[in-house]
Amino acid sequence: MSNTPPTPDLELPDEHYLNATYGSGIRSWLLTTDHKRIALLYLASVTVFFFIGGVLATMIRIHLLTPGGALVTPETYNKLFTMHGVAMIFFFLIPSIPAVFGNFLIPLMIGAKDLAFPKINLLSWYIYLIGGGFVLYSFSTGGLDTGWTFYTPLSSVYSNSAVTPAVIGIFINGFSSILTGLNFIVTIHTMRAPGMTWFRLPLFAWAHYATSLVMILGTPVVAITLLLAGLERMFHLGFFNPALGGDPILFQHLFWFYSHPAVYIMILPAMGVVSEIIPTFARKPIFGYAFIAGSSIAIAVIGFLVWAHHMFVTGESTYAALTFSFLSYLVAIPSAVKVFNWTSTLYKGSISWDPPMVYALGFIGLFVIGGLTGLFLACLGLDIHIHDTYFVVAHFHYIMVGGAVMGYVGGLHFWWPKITGRLYPKSLSQFAAIILFVGFNLTFFPQFILGYLGMPRRYHTYPPEFQVLNVLSTAGASILALGYLLPMSYLIWSMRYGKVAGPNPWPATGLEWKTDSPPLTENFHVTPEVTWEPYDFQNRPDLGLAASARPLAPAHGDD
Amino acid sequence: MHRTGDLYGHFQTLEQQKETATLGMWIFLVTEVLFFGGMFLTYTINRSAFSTAFGIGSNTLDITLGAGNTVVLIMSSLTMAMAVWSAQVGKKKLVSIFLIATLGLGTVFLGVKAIEYKQKFDHHLIPGRGFDMKYHPAHPMAGDDLKELALEKKEVDEAFAVDPDINFHGQLYFSLYFGMTGLHALHMIVGVGLLIWLIKGSFGGRFTPQYNTPVEIVGLYWHFVDIVWIYLFPLLYLIDRHR
Repeated sequence: MSNTPPTPDLELPDEHYLNATYGSGIRSWLLTTDHKRIALLYLASVTVFFFIGGVLATMIRIHLLTPGGALVTPETYNKLFTMHGVAMIFFFLIPSIPAVFGNFLIPLMIGAKDLAFPKINLLSWYIYLIGGGFVLYSFSTGGLDTGWTFYTPLSSVYSNSAVTPAVIGIFINGFSSILTGLNFIVTIHTMRAPGMTWFRLPLFAWAHYATSLVMILGTPVVAITLLLAGLERMFHLGFFNPALGGDPILFQHLFWFYSHPAVYIMILPAMGVVSEIIPTFARKPIFGYAFIAGSSIAIAVIGFLVWAHHMFVTGESTYAALTFSFLSYLVAIPSAVKVFNWTSTLYKGSISWDPPMVYALGFIGLFVIGGLTGLFLACLGLDIHIHDTYFVVAHFHYIMVGGAVMGYVGGLHFWWPKITGRLYPKSLSQFAAIILFVGFNLTFFPQFILGYLGMPRRYHTYPPEFQVLNVLSTAGASILALGYLLPMSYLIWSMRYGKVAGPNPWPATGLEWKTDSPPLTENFHVTPEVTWEPYDFQNRPDLGLAASARPLAPAHGDD
Repeated sequence: MHRTGDLYGHFQTLEQQKETATLGMWIFLVTEVLFFGGMFLTYTINRSAFSTAFGIGSNTLDITLGAGNTVVLIMSSLTMAMAVWSAQVGKKKLVSIFLIATLGLGTVFLGVKAIEYKQKFDHHLIPGRGFDMKYHPAHPMAGDDLKELALEKKEVDEAFAVDPDINFHGQLYFSLYFGMTGLHALHMIVGVGLLIWLIKGSFGGRFTPQYNTPVEIVGLYWHFVDIVWIYLFPLLYLIDRHR
């Protein structure tokens, strides 16, 4: 915070959403309709699932320390990676940024008192809990071993594990996602404060608009697909069972029609987070605002047309494969537009290395690797070689963990002062960000090589020559674990002992920084009126930046 | 989230509140289209693969009950539209009357659907172990028209000649029949619940020209469920009647 002028000791506001009492104690949380409290409820519950998924991942990595498998039986190994995928994807990654930060920030960012449908917002959290309950029941009564993809007829006929409760849980959880997306879209359409035009929206809100489109259009399809697969399992129907005339490929099409766009549910919000952090710590308007906003929508739209690239080797026509390969390349364009624009924003910016910035820069690096290796996989000829190998595993972890989780943790650091009103130790958190980056790369980069050399995914065993790389990966995973545990501890510590942050500690330009930290239940003392352009540091005397102290680069860095 | 009269605290004006609720319902209906869409896709692919079985399956449905139900549902859409109009022009009594009429017609639809389901049970057309496409003509029930059954028997025999696995493929048809009409019926039941809630409100005189959003958005929902049936009826009942 080298840019903030020295200020007198700050104090927390007397009244804010955390200490406001409506009802008493626990009821005021469980029955709240305040979007900020619901966001914290989500924060707690997705963290539980992150822990469960993390423990399972740890067991996987320990098991793979030796070629023969060090820890569990082959059947248990199948269950480990399946439950890891289910917990992480459906119950952590998909709700993580939207349900926590989207919930907390969208009304604040657009100057509204709450989301459009506060009760539905609370309902979505309860639906999440019910779905999560079913899945935990499945985990604790034998687990499931179908892979998170639930391919039929394995899932609907042959698997002897607890598939039915898991399918029911994910089906139910889908409605939580649908309702969140619906709430965001309507909120962004109808709840904006005076002066908050579409092109003054923060890019975080644009990213969430695009995410919500995917949520409302994709999730119902996977819901009905899993419902059909579940009915097939329960009542021995034949929709996807070839023995009864059904078509397993149809299941895969329907499943990926959601589950590929679901990747964009994970990465788009993280991109939104990074689009907020980069201009703040470069002290410069973001380069190419409209292109970043438009590229979010483009990713959501094109993202719906690439699903069959998961099925290049499962029997689709050459022409279909060609089309889907081409469309998959196409989605790289809007993704690259974002990366170039973030980089251009940094150019001649006045960059400070505050913790959120370190995470955001880490995100860009990891996302570039994850994105570029995605192009390898979209290539028809190469995909036959690396399909279903650790190359794929490494690729999607670079996107989902390196991208989405890095963005999530970065967002946590960026908005933590707004959420709790307090700051966390600066050097420690910068250190944690670097640990996370190093640990992540050490875990997953060796997997690219393993996959290229031919190690298939989902096997509990491997030839001895792959051991060095596997041991490296496991070593990286233990560093990565430290990278998650560190922030978890000092963030919790800071809730009580952290320095009081004040309304706008960075300072940043968004509307959410114009109110108290933590904000009032109604968010703003008076409904704000927006008269400035987004990410404009020059015409904002209220930010307290001394205009002469730091020369600000022109908006587009062209001099 | 406190409330002053009809206005929830997080909105500025009633217009904003109404716009928000209406947009919310439209977006919900978009998700519903995709929800049903997965089943329609499964239907389309299986029907093109097993058209004989689907044709036979379709012909076992009772077209009189199906067509009658279609009329009932379209009538209910009309009464729902009238209820919305009555609320908008402030005719409070008419709102209640039209809502009750809609509720009545919706219940009739569900009752008829129950009768149809029972027929399928009687004729061993529930997917599962006891499923047998042959059953109906081979084992006439009391009151069956023998001449009609003879026709059906001929049809079924021909179908078995074309597709010996018709008992498997017929199960796909009936799985989809029960899945799609069942999901539709579930939506009807939800709609009936919403109507009861509206009727309660209309008895209290809540719906005025200024505030009638609940009637309007439940109306949107009701029309949507009606439209789903307009697609289901030909796809399930009419695909093979030309023979």
